[in-house]
Amino acid sequence: MKIAVTSGKGGTGKTTIATMLAYACDNPQYIDCDAEEPNGYLFLKPKIERVEPFNVLVPKINEDICTFCGKCADACVYKALVVMGEPLKKTMFFDELCHSCGACAYVCPVEGALVEVPDEIGKIKIGKAQYIDFVMGELNIGEASATQLIASLKKNYINESKTVILDSPPGTSCTVVETIEGVDYVLLVTEPTSFGLSDLKLSVELVRDMGLKFGIVVNKYEEDNTLIDDYAKEEGIEILFRLPFSKEFAESYSKSELPFEKFKDDFKDLLKKIEERV
Amino acid sequence: MSKELVIISGKGGAGKTTLTASLACVLKDKVIVDADADAANMYLLLKPQVKHKELFKGNPKAYIDVDKCIKCDECRRLCRFDAIHINENGEYYVDELKCDSCELCKIACPVGAIEMKDVYSGEWYESETPYGIMVHAKLYPGAENSGNLVTMVKHRAKLIAEEKGIEYILVDGSPGIGCPVISTISGAYFVIAVAEPTPAGIHDLKRVKELCDSFKVKSGVVINKYDLNMQKTKEIGDFAEKEGMPVLGRIPFDTCVNRAITDLEMPYNRCEKVKKSVDYIFRNIMESL
Repeated sequence: MKIAVTSGKGGTGKTTIATMLAYACDNPQYIDCDAEEPNGYLFLKPKIERVEPFNVLVPKINEDICTFCGKCADACVYKALVVMGEPLKKTMFFDELCHSCGACAYVCPVEGALVEVPDEIGKIKIGKAQYIDFVMGELNIGEASATQLIASLKKNYINESKTVILDSPPGTSCTVVETIEGVDYVLLVTEPTSFGLSDLKLSVELVRDMGLKFGIVVNKYEEDNTLIDDYAKEEGIEILFRLPFSKEFAESYSKSELPFEKFKDDFKDLLKKIEERV
Repeated sequence: MSKELVIISGKGGAGKTTLTASLACVLKDKVIVDADADAANMYLLLKPQVKHKELFKGNPKAYIDVDKCIKCDECRRLCRFDAIHINENGEYYVDELKCDSCELCKIACPVGAIEMKDVYSGEWYESETPYGIMVHAKLYPGAENSGNLVTMVKHRAKLIAEEKGIEYILVDGSPGIGCPVISTISGAYFVIAVAEPTPAGIHDLKRVKELCDSFKVKSGVVINKYDLNMQKTKEIGDFAEKEGMPVLGRIPFDTCVNRAITDLEMPYNRCEKVKKSVDYIFRNIMESL
């Protein structure tokens, strides 16, 4: 079973919920897909056993045999290639604009003039935190998109025999789509503030569009604040779990120490609820 | 020439919007930009009156004409974004959410069955608020290209600033360090990084600092909720000092902020502690420029 933990707004507690849920599973695999700012390792404190580079393919032009016909540059919608014909005979490649789509290599008419070579845009770290299989993606700084890195995490690193918890980036754009696509259940983490609610509505729109099963987790819950409860009731969405606000919790979070044991039974219940709904 | 002051944080929920909205109360001569098109929140506090609205065209998406398609599978085989699938009737189709608009499928289709169709991926607005003109945007859920939308709204704000002789553009950024953030900080005059005193906050601040350096943009740090963990606050201070990054100020943890936000009120106008900190931070920003 694959469960994604996401939220429209950042800082609502995705990683808190995802790591505590992983801790409560019998046979868990935790995958940090928030490759721009992966934080799960800070709480799970895994022993990293392997670090693998994550490469995408980028074009490399051999100017000795290139005819400077310009077909590659014409094909590149991202404007990552510039070709100057006679008399300059020069090509330029702007790595930061390349999306690794392969169109340039496909159209190049001269064998060997444009070949695709690997270029590292991030790293994948694999390890173990007690009984939790741990995987994290980490985008290199200055790289624009983690989408392909996330796609690889899901395609090549998921262990289907485990209960897989995917910790998603915030927001509702392409990296989130990549993370939650095809999972069995999505947990939308929110907090009872107007910001939290506004962004929750965007997440709900997205998961409904994608046809995924989902429910809400309210973090920093306060009993007298029914902002999220009212919305959920109106929309007919189930709130599966409420994690109460406490300053002690915030303080232990700030020391990288989550109360895993204290809440283990609550998260076991949450897992059971998810299993029933899948 | 207008100067862009950009507020980012790496980690979400660190207090970007609260700080930006508060600075909007103090800094008079500015155009306000909400560059977090993916999860815009500043409108909730600034209550903009929309004066002008436009749709934002994203990159065109591939579309397969099933009447022309000969099911040769070439497009599906070549697509690096896993965007081409076969439906239950055996017809090929493009998953718009996954299509990266590269056009390789269109180039490769031997029968010309694929064309690119324009889609709208969001909208942007020019508005009036009690705190000045605001340019903001909304990206449709699941859409890509937020970097281009950010560039668009920043450009619009710049035109307004130039036309009206406004000196500053105050930009609320999005979390992370990817494409929308890169678009947000490129061309910025000064970046204000908001960090909270937690290990995740420090981890993310370091990545933000490195990103600013690689784009050669000057930056300073504001520590939000600094009294939650004094040791981590000190760590942030030490890191900033080592990096030659000024600490512009600190904001205490104050439950008043959440209450103000819940009531859709400006924390600056309601919370005395926040006001005091932000006034101090503002003076420091002006000195750093």
